[in-house]
Amino acid sequence: MTAPVAISLSVNGERVEAHVLPRLNLADFLREHLELTGTHLGCEHGVCGACTVRVGGEIVRSCLMLAVQANDTAVETIEGLSDSGEIADLQAAFRDRNALQCGFCTPGMLMAAQDLLREKRMPARDEIREHLSGNYCRCTGYQAIIDAVEATARMRMELKV
Amino acid sequence: MSSIRSNPERLSVLDHPNSYIGRTVPRPNLDRLLQGRGSYVSDLELPRMAHVVFLRSPHAHAKIVSIDVGAAKQIPGVIAVVTGKELAAVITPWVGVLSHLKGLKSAPQSAIAVDRVCWQGEAVAAIVATSRAAAEDTAEHVVVQYEELEAVTDMRTALDPATPIIHASLGDNLAFERIHEAGAVDQAFAESDAVVEADFVFGRHTGVTLEPRSVVADWNAAEARLTIYQGTQAPHMVQNIAALHLGLRDSQVRVVCKDVGGSFGIKVHVYADEMATYALAKLLRRPIKFVADRVESFNTDIHARDHRCKGKIGVKRDGTITAFEIDDLTGIGPYSMYPRTSAIEANQVVNLVGGPYTNKNYRARARVVFQNKNVMCQYRAVGHPIACSVTEGLIDLAALKIGMDPVEIRRRNLIADDAYPCASSSGLRFEQLSHHASLTKIVEMMDYQALRAEQARLRKDGIFRGIGIASFIEVTNPSAAFYGVGGARISSQDGVAVRLDAQGSVICQTSITEQGQGSESLTAQIVGSVLGVSMDRVRVMLGDTDMTPYGGGTWASRGAGIGGEAALQATKILRQNILEVAAAILQASPAELDIVNNGVVDASDGTPRIDLSELARIVYFRPDTLPPGIRPELMATRHFVPREYPFAFTNGVQAAWVEVDTDTGFVKLLRHWVVEDCGTIINPQLVDEQIRGGVVQGLGAALFEKCIYDDRGQLTNANMADYLVPMSGEMPDIDVGHVVSPTRESELGAKGAGEAGTAGAAAAVTNAVNDALTPFDTIITEIPLTPQVILTALGKI
Repeated sequence: MTAPVAISLSVNGERVEAHVLPRLNLADFLREHLELTGTHLGCEHGVCGACTVRVGGEIVRSCLMLAVQANDTAVETIEGLSDSGEIADLQAAFRDRNALQCGFCTPGMLMAAQDLLREKRMPARDEIREHLSGNYCRCTGYQAIIDAVEATARMRMELKV
Repeated sequence: MSSIRSNPERLSVLDHPNSYIGRTVPRPNLDRLLQGRGSYVSDLELPRMAHVVFLRSPHAHAKIVSIDVGAAKQIPGVIAVVTGKELAAVITPWVGVLSHLKGLKSAPQSAIAVDRVCWQGEAVAAIVATSRAAAEDTAEHVVVQYEELEAVTDMRTALDPATPIIHASLGDNLAFERIHEAGAVDQAFAESDAVVEADFVFGRHTGVTLEPRSVVADWNAAEARLTIYQGTQAPHMVQNIAALHLGLRDSQVRVVCKDVGGSFGIKVHVYADEMATYALAKLLRRPIKFVADRVESFNTDIHARDHRCKGKIGVKRDGTITAFEIDDLTGIGPYSMYPRTSAIEANQVVNLVGGPYTNKNYRARARVVFQNKNVMCQYRAVGHPIACSVTEGLIDLAALKIGMDPVEIRRRNLIADDAYPCASSSGLRFEQLSHHASLTKIVEMMDYQALRAEQARLRKDGIFRGIGIASFIEVTNPSAAFYGVGGARISSQDGVAVRLDAQGSVICQTSITEQGQGSESLTAQIVGSVLGVSMDRVRVMLGDTDMTPYGGGTWASRGAGIGGEAALQATKILRQNILEVAAAILQASPAELDIVNNGVVDASDGTPRIDLSELARIVYFRPDTLPPGIRPELMATRHFVPREYPFAFTNGVQAAWVEVDTDTGFVKLLRHWVVEDCGTIINPQLVDEQIRGGVVQGLGAALFEKCIYDDRGQLTNANMADYLVPMSGEMPDIDVGHVVSPTRESELGAKGAGEAGTAGAAAAVTNAVNDALTPFDTIITEIPLTPQVILTALGKI
């Protein structure tokens, strides 16, 4: 169990080959091996949501997933979503609404919010609050975040109509 | 927003065309954080960096009989295993006392315990390895033999003769006691129509910053300099403390503070494990990184608010409050925290109880006792939620007793808005508060009468909703009266240096720090407004003791009020300097000129004369073309500290609208309102979000958060699954309104807003729950208001 294992995956669209210890979690792999430090670690036991990333299109807690489990998958982090422009409007809404203070929860919060907005075009405020209930924010009191997600949904609706 | 006092003379410097003061503008540089490209200490990697993990005591109180590190040192990847005794050769112990808190005592504390551990979680050895995982693995191979000692856990019995004394040299477990008496208390109670008493119980809780405490310490033996990368609120304080205990000069220590993942007072202290990390870097001559894991955070980040307070109020039939009396007891763990001490919170409770009201008869006792639990110290809104909950709880009880509406009893007793300056019964001096304007405003915002009608209607259907009101005062803009007078080298002043660069942009260095509340933004707004340049031309640098003026940092809601004023004053000088050079170039007088939109213009009609970039080009590259005798200084520095009042008090009122499920004991927060007066508002959005965030931290204390210890001093819920904090699904929308009374202590007029939300939220919610439960004839004076507490009060369990 202590020998490194070869893994091969795509991270933000780039092929990555690595040898990792079986116990290494995906969050540490992204942060320490790939130096993608946008994925944050708040609790390391799957509660706070700061380490949320996308694996195969679904959001996961990267502190609860092993790097070896990500073998042969496509992983997307906040850096990838930022560079592709996928969440540029959501990020702008967060900036305009001051929906972040210290910014530590923000990458995970954006990941979770985008996941909701892909699932549902115009979620109600209660649904946004519900969907983001796995992501701690200790600074904002959440209301600004809910406002920003709601505003983004509305803008996307208007653009598509 | 409504203004309670106009200050026309103030408007000159802030009333520039395109002023950013009072305007909501986005914070600069947010994209960094939004793209996950911030620079938190936990992200930092340095060449040759090693990781430290601390082996921590499983016992609350024990003698260390022996530590066997032999096996651990043989493990591959291990660089060193260091005990307290070994580390003591590099770093001296400390004692957390301040001379102005008379009688406060504590015992010497070491970076790593030497022969005895005093709380579960105190470090007994440091394991340094090439990775954190390797260090953690190795910790299991360090064998410590303990002899467990009886733990002092219950603060109510900490002073009993039968209870062991934690530090024999101190003689007893009493860390600090303060007694205060004003007016004729006994007589006032005797003359009251009603006297009400209650025991208030507050849960011990903690800050849960989302990024745990993190430090990278880098000793450069060739330069004999230590660089400390740390998410701290007070970089110069850390510099001083690290230098003092490592035997260095301040100039040999640099503290760098980039992005900080939450602070709330948790990161305003210097912790033993952080001191150990600095010392290890010096000892091992390489960079050392310490990042607390979440269990360590719960066990070692300061806790706060573990209070039991007996309160008593006297009242006349017409609602007049005759007297307040409190007896507060709080347990602070085994040491008074260094360097701010753990007596400040109890001291604040004594200071603040009854603060919004005209009452002059006040008796208070506060006792602070040692325990074998994690240390307690200053956390957001130090002492405020305790004082506010006791005061406002007693007022509601008095109102109930005499059959008066809670709003009405407050109207009859709050200090009149035209009564200032005046002093409280505890001796606090108030410059200008606005309790009545605030109360009137919140009653309008919430439509109080409509809520009362709705409450009565729903009660008939078995739905129990309640309204809670809490007026409060808030300590902000602290002067040296907080720490400096007690001998602590914690600066109460802040400094700002501002300069025009060679392209006509502005570089501003400030000693206040940024943890997300918007220090960078408010500084850029002030500098831009005063100078007449656009915000995007202002670059603010902070959080580096090598590069900023000396100052206190950001705590006790001082950034805007103190650092903001320093920015204003420095920029005024720079502006004058620029106008003098411009006048020489343009053959005009400075009084005829102004700076608007990044250029010098005619003051009379706004005609553009010379762009700042052109002026800077001449000054820096062609000074030979300037008239003789002109010595342009395109840089200015100013420091500021309030002098007339030791603190700028702010005030406000909060209201909560809740529903209590009497079958399950769950409390649903329906709405929450706040009216706050923080003086001049620099950025309305940032102020509102500071308040909302603060309210939610207060709501956490009211409903969920509690560090639960067992009788042996074991923290039983040291993880995020068991220690509950507010989540988005449970929080209500929060309406924020303002009244504005600028302080005359500064030209800017800004007071703090960081504590206000936390100060009054728990009191408002507790009063609302009690209001909802009026038909059940029960009163709850304990937080958090868990289902268990509520069902117990209802007699259902």
